[in-house]
Amino acid sequence: MVTVHKEVERLDVEPVNSKEKRELFAAHVKIFPKGVTGTFRSLKWLIMGITLGIYYITPWLRWDRGPYVPDQAILLDLANRRFYFFSIEIWPQEFYYVAGLLILAGIGLFLVTSTVGRAWCGYSCPQTVWVDLFLVVERWLEGDRNARIKLDKAPWTSDKIRKRVIKHFIWILISISTGGAWIFYFADAPTLFKNFFTLQSPFVAYATVAVLTATTYIFAGFAREQICTFACPWPRIQGAMLDEHSLIVTYNAWRGEPRTLKKKEREKLGDKAGDCVDCNACVAVCPQGIDIRDGAQLECITCALCIDACNAVMDKIGKPRGLISYATMSDHAESKASTWTSFIRPRTYIYLAIFGAICLGMLVTLLMRDRLDMSVLHDRNPQFVKLSDGSIRNGYTVKILNMVTDPRSFRVSISGLKGATMKIAGSDVKASDTVKVDVDADKLKAFKVYVTVNHKALKGARSNIQFTIKDISGDETTTYNAIFDGPSK
Amino acid sequence: MSKKDIDEVTGVETTGHEWDGIKELNNPLPRWWLWTMYLCIIWAIGYMIAYPSIPLINASTPGLLGQTSRGDVAIEIAAAKESQKVFRDQIAAKSLVDIRKDEKLFQFARSGGKAAFAVNCIQCHGSGAQGGAGYPNLNDDDWLWGGDLEAIYTTIQHGIRVEADDDTRTSDMPAFAGDEILEKEQIVQVAAFVGSLSKQEVDAEAAKKGAAVYEENCASCHGEKGKGNKEFGAPNLADAISLYGDKQADIIRQVSKPKHGEMPAWVSRLDDITIKQLAIYVHALGGGE
Repeated sequence: MVTVHKEVERLDVEPVNSKEKRELFAAHVKIFPKGVTGTFRSLKWLIMGITLGIYYITPWLRWDRGPYVPDQAILLDLANRRFYFFSIEIWPQEFYYVAGLLILAGIGLFLVTSTVGRAWCGYSCPQTVWVDLFLVVERWLEGDRNARIKLDKAPWTSDKIRKRVIKHFIWILISISTGGAWIFYFADAPTLFKNFFTLQSPFVAYATVAVLTATTYIFAGFAREQICTFACPWPRIQGAMLDEHSLIVTYNAWRGEPRTLKKKEREKLGDKAGDCVDCNACVAVCPQGIDIRDGAQLECITCALCIDACNAVMDKIGKPRGLISYATMSDHAESKASTWTSFIRPRTYIYLAIFGAICLGMLVTLLMRDRLDMSVLHDRNPQFVKLSDGSIRNGYTVKILNMVTDPRSFRVSISGLKGATMKIAGSDVKASDTVKVDVDADKLKAFKVYVTVNHKALKGARSNIQFTIKDISGDETTTYNAIFDGPSK
Repeated sequence: MSKKDIDEVTGVETTGHEWDGIKELNNPLPRWWLWTMYLCIIWAIGYMIAYPSIPLINASTPGLLGQTSRGDVAIEIAAAKESQKVFRDQIAAKSLVDIRKDEKLFQFARSGGKAAFAVNCIQCHGSGAQGGAGYPNLNDDDWLWGGDLEAIYTTIQHGIRVEADDDTRTSDMPAFAGDEILEKEQIVQVAAFVGSLSKQEVDAEAAKKGAAVYEENCASCHGEKGKGNKEFGAPNLADAISLYGDKQADIIRQVSKPKHGEMPAWVSRLDDITIKQLAIYVHALGGGE
C-alpha cells in the first residue's frame, strides 16, 4: 500500500479499457525505403528491365504462320479456342500442355524456394517489380528517404501539391499501360490497340483494363508490403518449402553481436564488440519495414537490399563484407558463412530430376503429337435404319481435326464390312467405300455420313467397322474403330 | 483479471487460447482491413436497394434497377430472334429447293426444324424420327406420299385424312373382309402373293392363286408389281418395309380390315417458316428424294 498523501493512498487498480488495451486494429505505418546501390540492387534493376520488357513487348512480337491463322507470336485466342506460342499451336483438347506448364511452374517454385529461398518474391514477383517501378518515380520526384519523410509531414504547399499530382499522374499512366498490356495477349495487338482507342473494343477489354489499372495503382502505390504480409499466401507456404539448408537473407549474428555504436572505444577498453555498428542502414533500405537482425521472418521477401546497404558500411569501416548475407540456417547455427554449395542437397536433385523429367516428357510429346485427328460418333437414335431394299443404314457424325496451318484434303474410307458403302449426307456423289473431304486450315470439320450394308453381310446386331482418313497430299493417316448396328438375327 | 500471456519469440500477447500447445498471437488487424469490411457492407446495402433482395410473401423486393432473371432471358431470346431474322426472312422468301442449296441457310433451317420436330412430331414419329408400328419411320427411303421436299412440305401442311382440311392427303383402302368383297380364302391367297412380292417364303400354291385376286382387286392402287402409288398414298408392297407388319397374319388383317393412319394438318398450327424448316429437316434425315 502506497501513501501518496497523508489522507490519500494509491489504489491497486488497472484501467480495463485503457487505450493501450483497446488496440484491435493497427493503422498502416508508411515505409520510406532508402535508395541503395550494390550488387543485388544492380541485379534487381536488370531483372526488372527484363520482366517488364517481356510483359510489355511480348504481345507485339509477330510470327508468320501463313495466311490462315494469326501472326501474333504469343496469343491466347479464347474466342477461337487456340493458344499460339511461336511455332507451337495448342488446341483445347491438348490442354494438358498447359497443365504441364503449371506443374512445371509448381515444381520450379519448389526447386527455387528450397534452394535460394524466396527469390521469386524478392526479384521477379510482379508486386515487387511494380513497387520498385513506382518507387523509382517517387524517389525521382520527392527525393530519398529523409526528403520524402519531410515532405510527407510538411503542410500542403503548392510545391508539395505539384510533386504529388505529378507522382500520381505518372503512377496512373504506368497503371493504365500495365492493365492495357494485359489484354493484348488475348487478341491481335495492333488491331485491338486501334479499336481500343476508337472505342470499338468489347466491354470486357475496357473492364479488364479498368480492374488491372486500379489494382496496379492501389497495390504498387499504396498497399505495397501489406500485400506481401497480409494478402499473399506464399509467405505462409514458404514455411513448408524452406528448410535449414535453404538460402535466406541472414544477419550473421555470430559475427555482428554484440552490436555497438562506439565500437573502437569499446575495443580499447577490452570489451568484446561485434562487427555490427548498429547504423540501421539495413532497416532504412528495407521495403518491408523490418529489421533483418531479428532473424528470418514472414515479412522478408529476400530482396537482399539490406545486404547491399550493409556491405557498403562494412567497406567504410574496413571490415569484410557479408555481415548480412545469403546464408542457410544450418551454416548460421555453425557460425560460418554459406558457400554456393551449402544449399545443394538430395532434395535439390530430386526437384531438379522431376523438373527435367516433366520438361523432357512435354518436349517429346510436343514433337511427336499428331496434327490430324478424327472422331466418329455413331447415331444413337435411331441406331440403324432399314431401307426399302432391305439393306441396313447407320449414321455417323465424323469430325476431322486439321491442326496444321494449311487447308488439306483427306480421303475418308471404311473397311471391315463387306460391301459397305458410304455417302456424305446431302451430297450428290454416288455412294462408295471412300469419300473426299476438304478441311480448312487449322479447323475442325464435322459432317454426317451414312454407311449402308446389305443385311446379309451382317453377322449379328453389332459389327466392327473402321474409318480411316488419309491426307491426300501427304502420308498422315488416322484410323477410328466404330460399331455398325443392325437388327438382331 | 487473468495474467497476460506474452509469446517469448515475438513479444506479442497471445489470445490466451491454446490448442495442443499452439497459441494464437493477438496481433492487431490492419485498419484498412476493417475499412474494406465497412466498404463491403455499404456495397451490400446499395446492392440490396438496386437488385431484388428481401423475400416477401409472393415475391421479393423488386430493386430499383428492375432486374429479373426472367427479364434477362426474355432480352436474350429477343436478341437471338433478332439475330435469326436474316435467315428467317430468307426462308420465308426462298423456295425449299433454293434453301436446300444454300449451305448456311440449310444448316439454320435444319436446326430450326429439329427443334420444331422435338416439340410437335416426336409424340408419334419418335425422338429419332424412327417411327413405330403404324407410324412411319422418316429416316428410310420409303415414302407413302412422296419424299421430295415439296411432297413432304404438303404432307406437313395439310396432314393425312384431316376432314377439316380440303387439301389433306386422303385415300381409303376397302375392308375386303368387312365389306365382303373377298372370300376368306381369297384373302389368305392374296396375302401369300403380297408376301412373295417382297421375296418372303410363302405357300407358292396360294401365292399363285393370289396373283389373280391381286390383279383384279389391288393392282389399280398398288400397281401391277406392287410398287405402290404415292398419288393415293398406296404403300409399296414389294419393298422390305411395311408399316403394319410383314407377317402373313399382319397382311391378312390389313387386307381384311385396314388401319388408316392420320396426321394433323399443321398449316393451322405452325407458321410457314417453321413448316418449311420441318420439311427441310425431315428431308435431310437420310431418305429425302
